[in-house]
Amino acid sequence: MANVTVRFFARYAELAGCESAAVAVSSSATVQDVLERVRETVPGAQALPARPLTALNLRQVKLDARVRDGDEVALLPPLSGG
Amino acid sequence: MSHLTREAIAVDALLAEVQGPERGGTCVFLGTVRNGPEEGGVTGIEYSAYDAMAEAEIERMLAEARDRWPDARVTLRHRLGMIPAGEASIGIAAAAPHREEAFAACRYVIEEVKKRLPVWKKEMRVDGTTTWVDPSGKPVAGGLRDR
Repeated sequence: MANVTVRFFARYAELAGCESAAVAVSSSATVQDVLERVRETVPGAQALPARPLTALNLRQVKLDARVRDGDEVALLPPLSGG
Repeated sequence: MSHLTREAIAVDALLAEVQGPERGGTCVFLGTVRNGPEEGGVTGIEYSAYDAMAEAEIERMLAEARDRWPDARVTLRHRLGMIPAGEASIGIAAAAPHREEAFAACRYVIEEVKKRLPVWKKEMRVDGTTTWVDPSGKPVAGGLRDR
């Protein structure tokens, strides 16, 4: 098993009703698997878009990126810096 | 050094980080909270960030600029928190031996910021309403406006 911290920001934090959650996934899981686990365990997360922008350990990644124990996955609303 | 701040952006400090006698061209970009005819009464914008990733992304962008323009010096400050209309949310300074590299490096960094920096803004309006800004313009729950 891999324990992963999931962080929500801006509007996604409002939808999820929290800023972070801890989920457990299989040792071969991807970011997509983490996302599905989040939808199952965080009630407000069901309102998140199907394919949000994601980051793994401070870098943007695609949903098929593999996660490892201790990783941090972030779900990022459309970026609007500057 | 942190590139994120909750204080007003000090252009003098940015210039001090990049200027030198061997760099004859300096370019400064300031992004300012706007309340024009299209904004409909924006009094300010609340900026928030994924701080650790934003710092890492900024470091990566500045490193890329250094690789592309080795003789240039570029720095950046992004302000977070509530920023009133008319005040700067981002400042970028680039200095290089000649103006072409200074303009190019400055432009490169602001364009990468727009694409990659995990920062979000919520507009505050004169009527008390708030709106998350979505540059993609996609209609999603929570009241987003096309930008």
